[in-house]
Amino acid sequence: MTVAEVTTAAAPLVRGRTLRRIRRDPMGVVGGVLLLAVVVAGVFAPLLAPYPPTEVHFSTPFQQPATVGFALGTDDLGRDVLSRVLYGIRASLEVGLLSVLVAVVAGVPLGLLAGYWRWVDAIVSRLADLMLAFPALVLAVGLAAVNGGGLANAAIALGIAQIPTMIRVVRAETLRLKESDFVLAAHTMHAGSSRILGQHILPNALSAIIVQATVIMPTAVLGEAILSFLGLGIQPPDPSLGIMLSDAQQYLFRTPWPGIFPGIAIALICLGFNLFGDALRDALDPRSAR
Amino acid sequence: MTAPLLEVTDLAVSFVDSPAVRGVSLTLAPGERVAVVGQSGSGKSTTAHAIIGLLPGAGRVTDGAIRWRGEDITHAGERRMRRLRGREIGLVPQDPMSNLNPVSRVGRQVAETLVAHGMCGRRQAWRQAVDLLGQAGIPEPARRARQYPHEFSGGMRQRVLIAIALACRPDLLIADEPTSALDVTVQRQILDHLEKLTDELGTALLLVTHDLGLAVDRTSRVVVMSEGEVVETGPARQVLTEPREEYTKRLVAAVPSLSAPKRVTAAEVSPVLEVSHVSKEYRVRGRGGVLRAVDDVSFTVGRGRTTAIVGESGSGKTTTAHMVLGLVPATSGRILLDGEEIVGLRGSSLRAARRAMQPVFQNPYASLNPMWTVDRIVAEPLRTFGVGDRATRRSRVAELLDQVALPAAMAHRYPNELSGGQRQRVAIARALALGPRLVVCDEPVSALDVLVQDQILDLLSSLQAELGLSYLFISHDLAVVRSLAHDVLVMRDGRVVEQGPVEQVLTAPTDEYTRQLLEAVPGATVFA
Repeated sequence: MTVAEVTTAAAPLVRGRTLRRIRRDPMGVVGGVLLLAVVVAGVFAPLLAPYPPTEVHFSTPFQQPATVGFALGTDDLGRDVLSRVLYGIRASLEVGLLSVLVAVVAGVPLGLLAGYWRWVDAIVSRLADLMLAFPALVLAVGLAAVNGGGLANAAIALGIAQIPTMIRVVRAETLRLKESDFVLAAHTMHAGSSRILGQHILPNALSAIIVQATVIMPTAVLGEAILSFLGLGIQPPDPSLGIMLSDAQQYLFRTPWPGIFPGIAIALICLGFNLFGDALRDALDPRSAR
Repeated sequence: MTAPLLEVTDLAVSFVDSPAVRGVSLTLAPGERVAVVGQSGSGKSTTAHAIIGLLPGAGRVTDGAIRWRGEDITHAGERRMRRLRGREIGLVPQDPMSNLNPVSRVGRQVAETLVAHGMCGRRQAWRQAVDLLGQAGIPEPARRARQYPHEFSGGMRQRVLIAIALACRPDLLIADEPTSALDVTVQRQILDHLEKLTDELGTALLLVTHDLGLAVDRTSRVVVMSEGEVVETGPARQVLTEPREEYTKRLVAAVPSLSAPKRVTAAEVSPVLEVSHVSKEYRVRGRGGVLRAVDDVSFTVGRGRTTAIVGESGSGKTTTAHMVLGLVPATSGRILLDGEEIVGLRGSSLRAARRAMQPVFQNPYASLNPMWTVDRIVAEPLRTFGVGDRATRRSRVAELLDQVALPAAMAHRYPNELSGGQRQRVAIARALALGPRLVVCDEPVSALDVLVQDQILDLLSSLQAELGLSYLFISHDLAVVRSLAHDVLVMRDGRVVEQGPVEQVLTAPTDEYTRQLLEAVPGATVFA
């Protein structure tokens, strides 16, 4: 399969029609704008942040928001909350993307195989059931505790916890698509299994996979905040929205601001992905054509 | 003349800002039967829905008036319409599979209608529902009323829907393609029964259908619609025998009829495909028994000839086709392609056999990968068989598209940008790509409108003459078979009940079932 073929296969997904449909959905527009804002904040954090996120100003702790020099105030060590929120968003998005990547890379092939061959299904689905028996977060906490802290480990732990749901989604799509007439037609052309899975089933399952990815993303962002809050995720002094919450907790009654802003940031990230994901799912569903 | 029951004048319906129906007028006297005929997208269903105030989504009546016994109901409120629907105007919807609540007993669904319209109290409702089901032709109504919809066949479900529609003895029954999802013999029983019931009750009937033969058979007046407008209206027989408008003429000419001139070409008789004593058994889970989906079927397909398999749903015709294509292994029997056994083939010999036969499936919406462009779809068999390089494949695709009369510009479109007929042409082009000797057509035209159907049948027959193709043609439509096939098998419950040359089987059937099938073809007497 050449690169050109891949792009033509995915083309209907990204053609104007989908975008137009999202634009017509007010919730989708809100989600898209939030998402854009969050991504810009994360990507350009080094340019936007007025201070390095770990720089302490011992002379000016607990500043109120709108103080000159510290737009969102400072925390107990005098660190600029705005800078830390921006870097925290960046870290959250990194964790989110990485864990989506883990879930997709492991979940999609397993789901395809499980949907296509019954004997693989027997093994893969039982293992997935086993993993689903534990709440995803408990699983992630366990894995993070075993592997130790840090951004990459947290992302991998959260990604692994999401593999079973990805398997289920892809498996269901595969089961549906392998009975379709165009797959039957491919059989009569003596197309091999890899051809049928890779070129017929996978491109048609892409929309479901993309939508599932947008569901996993906010879960992972939230998961990172929780792991970091518990001290199992990103390690201080690196900025993370979860760590900011956990730090702010001790001084919550003295100055609530250092806790409120990262909380808002988490909420906005999750809201953006959820709204956009919903709109994307509606837009990609061919049954909602009119 | 009595005052009209229903009078529609200059009706216009729009969806958002695209008009769906324009200037439609029709009248219906009490007890009269009128058919609205048209292809998909002609606005016939929209008209019917506008009458009962059930336009979907953004649909709005923008002009004209609908009068029910002189009362203007064009913009009547929901309360008035609710009383009108069911009580005064009954509706038999198109799809019997999705219009019954799957978790509620059938009898209860009929009783609910009675209670909702205040026809009787809760106590008598059940008994009356059982009576109604009995009248609708359901055997053992007392027992079957306790069953759930999934325990009913398609025909039986349609009878339930008729019972519901007639429960309150409406003055008008609107039947929206009431039988298009059903087999032809079942369709006949249902319509016979519907006719009898409406006769007894003096109910007027507005039949919405795409089938001109059906319309002429069952109604006294026909309204032909196309692209949202009424093209022609008149007494049923007259419209059929002396159509005035060009569109109606084309429509009448395209109806495959039992006496139509044949497209069949003469050809030599050496067989391409020989199927002998083939059976397929499925193990029925839990009951330890076996289901014989196909039972001892034998036939041949001559070189350059067409053999048709005719049967209703569940007759085993598609399973037979799938066994020939090697998609389903045969339990017993032999299938010879050009004298070589293909049952149980594997690897390279299976590959060679598959190259020699290609399928065209029923539903052109499902048989093309929606994520691929037309040129990629048509080139796929060439790629899987490693024929040629990029350049030669591209020129072969152009040649194939030309053969099926598709403009070269279509090559870069996606299937969802094509019409049903164009998609089926793409599927045919794909089937021809490898230069097969046998093309297995599984109901290739049954999902298409009659004008398009006619074009595709023409295409198939001219390709046969040009390329010397042999067809195994699966169909439920005897008229289509008549116009295309040389030999025919009639299947029922997995067995062949009759087989032979088309002329002989269709003009002098020896089997009772074949005779029933022939009689059930709508418009058979009129077109003959």
